[in-house]
Amino acid sequence: MKIKTLVSAIALSGATLIALPSIAADTIKVGVLHSLSGTMAISETTLKDTVLMMVDDQNKKGGLLGKKLEAVVVDPASNWPLFAEKGRELLTKDKVDVIFGSWTSVSRKSVLPVLEELNGLMFYPVQYEGEESSKNVFYTGAAPNQQAIPAVDYLMNDLDVERFVLAGTDYVYPRTTNKILEAYLKAKGVAAQDIMINYTPFGHSDWQSIVSDIKKFGSAGKKTAVVSTINGDANIPFYKELGNQGISAEDIPVVAFSVGEEELSGLDTKPLVGHLAAWNYFQSVETDENEAFIKAWKAYTKNPKRVTNDPMEATYIGFKMWANAVKQAGTTDVDAVEQAMIGQETPNLTGGVAVMNKNHHLSKPVLIGEIQDDGQFEVVWETDGVVAGDAWSDFLPGSKDLISDWTAPIKCGNYNTKTKACSGQNY
Amino acid sequence: MRQLIALCCCLFGLLSFPIQAAETSRVDALFTELAGAKLKHMELILEQLEEAKGEAILPLFRVLLGGDLYYIKANKNLVGKFDDQGKTLYKQVFNDTLVPNLAKRDVKKIRVNNKLRGYLRNAIARIQLTAKSPSVRESAVRELLSKLDASTVVILEDLYPNEPNKKVKEAMGLALAMHTASQTELAVSNRLVAIETLSTSLENDVRNALTKLTQDDNPAIIKAAQGALEQIAQRAKRFAFVDQLFFGLSLGSVLLLASIGLAITFGVMGVINMAHGEMIMLGAYTTYVVQLIMPNYIDYSIWVAIPAAFLVSGLMGVLIERLVIRHLHGRPLETLLATFGISLILQQLVRTIFSPLNRQVSTPSWMSGSWEINPVLSLTLNRLYILAFALLVFIALVIILKKTSLGLNVRAVSQNRNMAKAMGVKTNWVDAMTFGLGSGIAGIAGVALSQLTNVGPNLGQAYIIDSFMVVVFGGVGNLLGTLVAAFTLGIATKFLEPTTGAVLAAILVLVFIILFIQKRPKGLFPQKGRAAE
Repeated sequence: MKIKTLVSAIALSGATLIALPSIAADTIKVGVLHSLSGTMAISETTLKDTVLMMVDDQNKKGGLLGKKLEAVVVDPASNWPLFAEKGRELLTKDKVDVIFGSWTSVSRKSVLPVLEELNGLMFYPVQYEGEESSKNVFYTGAAPNQQAIPAVDYLMNDLDVERFVLAGTDYVYPRTTNKILEAYLKAKGVAAQDIMINYTPFGHSDWQSIVSDIKKFGSAGKKTAVVSTINGDANIPFYKELGNQGISAEDIPVVAFSVGEEELSGLDTKPLVGHLAAWNYFQSVETDENEAFIKAWKAYTKNPKRVTNDPMEATYIGFKMWANAVKQAGTTDVDAVEQAMIGQETPNLTGGVAVMNKNHHLSKPVLIGEIQDDGQFEVVWETDGVVAGDAWSDFLPGSKDLISDWTAPIKCGNYNTKTKACSGQNY
Repeated sequence: MRQLIALCCCLFGLLSFPIQAAETSRVDALFTELAGAKLKHMELILEQLEEAKGEAILPLFRVLLGGDLYYIKANKNLVGKFDDQGKTLYKQVFNDTLVPNLAKRDVKKIRVNNKLRGYLRNAIARIQLTAKSPSVRESAVRELLSKLDASTVVILEDLYPNEPNKKVKEAMGLALAMHTASQTELAVSNRLVAIETLSTSLENDVRNALTKLTQDDNPAIIKAAQGALEQIAQRAKRFAFVDQLFFGLSLGSVLLLASIGLAITFGVMGVINMAHGEMIMLGAYTTYVVQLIMPNYIDYSIWVAIPAAFLVSGLMGVLIERLVIRHLHGRPLETLLATFGISLILQQLVRTIFSPLNRQVSTPSWMSGSWEINPVLSLTLNRLYILAFALLVFIALVIILKKTSLGLNVRAVSQNRNMAKAMGVKTNWVDAMTFGLGSGIAGIAGVALSQLTNVGPNLGQAYIIDSFMVVVFGGVGNLLGTLVAAFTLGIATKFLEPTTGAVLAAILVLVFIILFIQKRPKGLFPQKGRAAE
């Protein structure tokens, strides 16, 4: 009995590791580097399915350059060093032409040296802290100026918020984002005593005293809001505690950067109603493209209740752009595709057109939505047009003068506009 | 009330004065406008409605605030959504008549945002100032404290002298004092009296108003406001201490629940059970399944879930003991590895059955919300119940161990296995039962934790370290030690957290325990005598 369970467990975990068998000799290979097990599986499995759906779709249209696409799926198992290993495997053993993958910043940083060494090409679809631009990576998620800064602007201008609680999980993305936000708020004239910064460990569940602190901080006669970079499932007890301590979204609104439709699906959303989230995409936005995408997704997953979210749109845009760039370049060669990518345009699912800029970041619209009791967002504010992603924040002293430009003559990810030189670091 | 409205409507219909006819048609036009209005325009429409219909608009505002207002796409009529035994039905907003044959796609929700919710709450409060129930009136006044405009003050001034209820009158007096204190054109003496009144209140809005007054032009007012704020802060400080103590006790009760099962399996039996966390997780998932089976009786589901979780986790515990641990008796290292393997298998099992996503466990209505003692001190109900529940479980366990024959056998086997065997105690059976009891209690802890945290495959891992910490700190094999240790650690963490932050607080507690164990390797309450060997 014991041995049997053991054997079946090994067989199970083995099955997910084995890449899909190659179908034909001459195909274009698309690597998928998303965790299918471990803590990040919740979020990343969806993106794997999105890439598979896009590959399927492209094959139905006749593939690319007369060849069929073939997805190669590996499982880095939410284990950061394994991302580098699996990335190397994809590039050297499977010889993939492009990789779609990574979620957490630490996993991206782990695979980055491998990509640069082997000259691979990766599309990274999640909102992140910025301060990076690699020749081998295209960032289709939001940079801080496409999510955090507009959200704070909204709080200050539309909700007249004067005090800010920056609450986050203790790792690189919240820490960098909060550093940028703090500098930005101070530049906007917010006093230091009106900013409260708080970090909690991953999966924190006892929010009593922190919420009580927020409540106290919010009772100083000035409108207060929480800017939350709290990650993953720690959010739910946090919002529950807010509800239990009688803090409603009208008193102290929380604007979150990591809470999307996927995280809300299948949850009791009553205590969350009215709180905010800032993204570049919401499922509730009514456009023809979005409707078609949602329909295709539900049909592909054979689940009418599946929701779509922002990183999925980022994957969608990235894939479309890559396919166009390959067509334009007439080859899958990384250097040719990389140059063809710059300036690519693809319609957003929420309207308007996304453009790939010289710094490998997208121009996208920014939306702010209020959580509704059906787990969807109601858009309450959006930017007039698209916002260009900024690789290096203008509000941090170290990166103020840096820009990224991958076109000739600069061809550098960290060009200092003052010294007119590339700082020389690889990424 | 509703009949009255209906009657009024009828009367209006009968009389059909031209003005009223115009009024009704205007209101009807507003209703149609409301269906499908842009969020930006809604506040204006609602204001007009409030003005036109006054008190009669209350049902509509309530439904809208609850997010249950829909309109029929075909004719733009407004309907309210409600649930009847799991079925979604729609009714007329004003007279509760069921609107039959409406499918989900025939209607569209009228959405609201925070601004509108704020407006609606205030509007409802304004209307409810004249409600029959004193408690409704009082909460209406308190709601209005945050947004005292001139028209509200006029209404309050009207109502104040004739208010029969003392508490409501007090709240109204507070509101009027806030208004008086803020009027710069009034005589200073009047304003000072008003500030004096304000200094007795702990209301947040009062503090906000006083903070604003410290920016006043008149030095006497500034001084009085500062004095009042000082006075309030003094009182609030005392309550803050009570609040923090409660947080500590609550965290302690969670730790106690999580570790008390381990205190039996590890403490009494000496088995290092790494799968203990997964027993908690199984209990939490049992709660989820129970709620799935009885979706209409969420309020009672907990009472079914507690015994169910005890059985599920307990049986799993017996199974593990019989199949694995029994064969590894006296080999702690191998037991540790084997149970760690079991914990991984159980995690993967729930991932396969329930998906890796967290599952939603609803909180029964009687456990949601908080017990508001005053504006600065409110104890959340779910934590209060869990605190009481943890103590109950502890007492029950102590009674089982001290007063029943099973308890006697368990103690006998843990003290001297061979002697107990010689006395005719079936040690095999006792081992299985003890392990089952410990695991079952962990399952009960899972029911409680499902109310506080996420129910997912990783639930158990979050508590296993804390559980071992509590048991080792309290003294292995001593239930009372576990109790004291759980509450000590809980309170210490919560008093550290505000100054050090959550991350550092956890580290400090861990360092403290390591140092403590260096000094007293057997914990707070070491076992004495022969049992200790």
